[in-house]
Amino acid sequence: MTVGDSVRASVVAGSDESVSRHADVLVVGNGMVGHRFVEQAIAARPSRDVRIVVLGEEPHRAYDRVHLSSMFDGVDADGLTLPHDAVDGAENVEHALGDPVEVIDPAAGRVRTRSGATWTYGACVLATGSAPFVPPIPGVDADGVFVYRTVDDLDAIQAWSTGCRRGVVIGGGLLGLEAANALRLLGLDVTVVEFAPRLMAVQLDDGGGRALRRRIEALGLQVRTDAAAQALRVGPDGAVSAVELRDGDPEPADIVVIAAGIRPRDQLARDAGLAVGERGGVVVDDSCATSVPNIYAIGEVACHRGRVYGLVAPGQAMADVAAKQIFGGTSTFDGADTSTRLKLLGVDVAAVGDPHAIGDDVVVADPATGTWQKVVLGPAQEVLGAVLVGDVAAFMPLIQRLRSGAPSPDVLDILRPTAAGGADPFADDAGVCSCHNVNCGTVRAAVREGFEDVAGVKSCTKAGTGCGSCVPVLQQLIDEQLASSGQVVVKRLCRHFAMTRPELYEVVRATGIRTFTELIARHGTGRGCEICKPVAASIFASLQSGYILDGEQASLQDSNDHFLANLQRDGTYSVVPRVPGGEITPAQLIAIGEVARDFDLYAKITGGQRIDLFGARVDQLPSIWSRLVDAGLESGHAYGKAVRTVKSCVGSTWCRYGVQDSVQMAIDLELRYRGLRAPHKIKLAVSGCARECAEAQSKDVGVIATERGWNLYVGGNGGMRPAHAQLLAEDLDDASLVRMIDRYLMWYVRTAERLERTATWQRKLPGGIDFVRRVVVDDALGLAAELEADMAHHVESYECEWSATIASPERLERFRTFVNSDEPDPTITHVRVRGQLIPS
Amino acid sequence: MTMTPTPTHGATRAWVAVCDVARMIPDRGVAALVDGRAVAIFLLADGELCVIDNVDPCSGASVLSRGIVGDVDGAVCVASPMYKDRFDLHTGRCLDRADVCVDVHQAMVRDGMVAVRLADG
Repeated sequence: MTVGDSVRASVVAGSDESVSRHADVLVVGNGMVGHRFVEQAIAARPSRDVRIVVLGEEPHRAYDRVHLSSMFDGVDADGLTLPHDAVDGAENVEHALGDPVEVIDPAAGRVRTRSGATWTYGACVLATGSAPFVPPIPGVDADGVFVYRTVDDLDAIQAWSTGCRRGVVIGGGLLGLEAANALRLLGLDVTVVEFAPRLMAVQLDDGGGRALRRRIEALGLQVRTDAAAQALRVGPDGAVSAVELRDGDPEPADIVVIAAGIRPRDQLARDAGLAVGERGGVVVDDSCATSVPNIYAIGEVACHRGRVYGLVAPGQAMADVAAKQIFGGTSTFDGADTSTRLKLLGVDVAAVGDPHAIGDDVVVADPATGTWQKVVLGPAQEVLGAVLVGDVAAFMPLIQRLRSGAPSPDVLDILRPTAAGGADPFADDAGVCSCHNVNCGTVRAAVREGFEDVAGVKSCTKAGTGCGSCVPVLQQLIDEQLASSGQVVVKRLCRHFAMTRPELYEVVRATGIRTFTELIARHGTGRGCEICKPVAASIFASLQSGYILDGEQASLQDSNDHFLANLQRDGTYSVVPRVPGGEITPAQLIAIGEVARDFDLYAKITGGQRIDLFGARVDQLPSIWSRLVDAGLESGHAYGKAVRTVKSCVGSTWCRYGVQDSVQMAIDLELRYRGLRAPHKIKLAVSGCARECAEAQSKDVGVIATERGWNLYVGGNGGMRPAHAQLLAEDLDDASLVRMIDRYLMWYVRTAERLERTATWQRKLPGGIDFVRRVVVDDALGLAAELEADMAHHVESYECEWSATIASPERLERFRTFVNSDEPDPTITHVRVRGQLIPS
Repeated sequence: MTMTPTPTHGATRAWVAVCDVARMIPDRGVAALVDGRAVAIFLLADGELCVIDNVDPCSGASVLSRGIVGDVDGAVCVASPMYKDRFDLHTGRCLDRADVCVDVHQAMVRDGMVAVRLADG
């Protein structure tokens, strides 16, 4: 198939019914963006009765156009097919493919396809994408000249290429280099002809273009820049034989692929009288609505604020907006960041923000390896844009800087390769799920195969289906893999909230909403789930303190929080009284011992210097806690994503080496932060000297005494992925220490993702610990007063949840094994081992 | 508030009154012992009552009544507090493991009391 034929060759599969059929939502175009829209519309439609119909020109199921060249790299066309899980099972969703729409009649609300089928619509969504721009030069109609856009184009290229030796690609942009890769994989000698002075002129600067060129030439490809193709020379057999250039010798060619840019496919819309932009594209507003009622346009055919996006990510963002708008939502498309990261011909290339911004350039380049990294800083040293070729490790950190607008005087640290010392914990061969022995590379491969969320990766790899502790890491790997393939990572808390935990936190803080019903009605969809409900409950608890189980909040809590105890594998619970700083009186020890004896509970010392009592039935919890509260003990919050313990050594009170009173400080800190709800559990420790017997550097917040005061370490943890805490500040006096911890913890509570511990949160912040220092110590964001006030509010309003519970008959009602019987749970059975009961 | 739409097979057992409906927390469950069998009863926010087995087959623990109620693409489900496997409250199907399901029972409100009737089998 040659240029110009691509439209005529499609398979006609429609039927010529004389009566119009009706679609509540009619999607014109079945590309990546159209497909995304359908997925979103299925999720957003108020009922399965809403009929969604897709009319597509190509006969294929929607496929991944971005990775077309992988067809010549061992992937067949079926392998490019996009995931259809959400679509295949859905009722009232119909695809009529191989039969393009030819006429839209907005007045009648009707379209007609090539086969003569007519459809009426409630809403019509144009997702016709773009077509290759073919420059009007002599010879483009010759045999052996192709465009590069569809699976059929690639099939045709492959068929023609047999026996060919030399291929020329006209266009050295993103598509051109993909096409060059395709020809290379077919075994041809390839020359890329680019009109501009450098490759990827839109995304790269001169230095980046040079580095990319050097790498591509090292693969054996020829590159001619500043080269304008004037004509295609055609041989006597009617096939192309060479590309004539304005300057220099012609390039001999047995096959020519034209990738000189794309144009929106807006003819349908023009014919129907829809407004189009000056340079093409159907004009849409922020809701993706066109100038004609009930017609929307998304993706590369749309022109938003004068701009047509040629990337898939903004198109997907538009698809999401249009799907919401059609069903009464209010989300809008406000333009898109065109930052992109991709692999071209095996070379990593990334552009961040505006790579052509004018400012101060920070450049790290190594001509020997073909690496080029340039960051443009603005007047306040904020990141305006960046170009990365050869080494794109800095992509995500730079994106974060770009979005935060934070000053980045340390940008060189971001660009330098990861400091030596320690293997990359996320290397392909590094394990991620130890239950099923799955490594990071397997997870990335699953994402590449289309399993783009945790549920999908779980089903495909089994990772995360054991103890589940690696799920946050899975999410991170998925996000990074998606970002690396140029897709926008839509951060969703869950299927009910299209926002992250920090965003939800800000919504709750700013709106004052304090019930889940209102929160989900105004900012989410559906009923909620086991993910968003506890997150909302935690945010409410952080912002208002007070009893967490009254009213509607009761239905939001995890079983642990609901019963204020830790669920064990047999359905019983464990009970952990608070032992501040690990200091306990003999009377309290006796009280705990008596309770354990009287209720026949299994007792064990925990790692956090307290005592855990196991095997309590739900109905026993209130009587157990009455006894403990009477003995002066209180809830240890071992059941919550909350501050747990502050471990300490005996410090200067007893120890010969102690330089500060670490026990007093530990108790003070534990009583201050007890009950603070957070995205994950928080542990602290205080050591009385540099010998560090309290192991403070393995805690979220670690305090180590010095001769002059306290050193403060943050972001450590033990557990699955041990992390060393990093030094935040030195030689603090007592008051300053508390102030710094107040700010650090509250900032973490506000901005971390669900189930993200301080170490990960801190590592992902742009600039890491240095940025933490500027915000927490230097108050660079002006947040300090607010954070301290929030913490003060928490401290003032704290009350022991168990004291509050046993004081209220109403609150005690839930503590029943069976609502209609006092019989014990027959599934709970015990055996006595080493003198104590354990599950049998 | 009437019967749940779950009369799957010929239910011949008796209705058993278990608790005052006013005591139930919307979108939260309670466990009850009906004819010696532990069931989880949920009062949904819209007033519907759903009853499934209380024992989570994935863990063997009698805990489903303590899970969080939510929805997956419109299907109302409860997530077991043990390993977070989700069960459709109307069909008993486990959404996370295709080979697993629990029985669905019937519920109604009579004289302000929640009454449950076990499914046969």
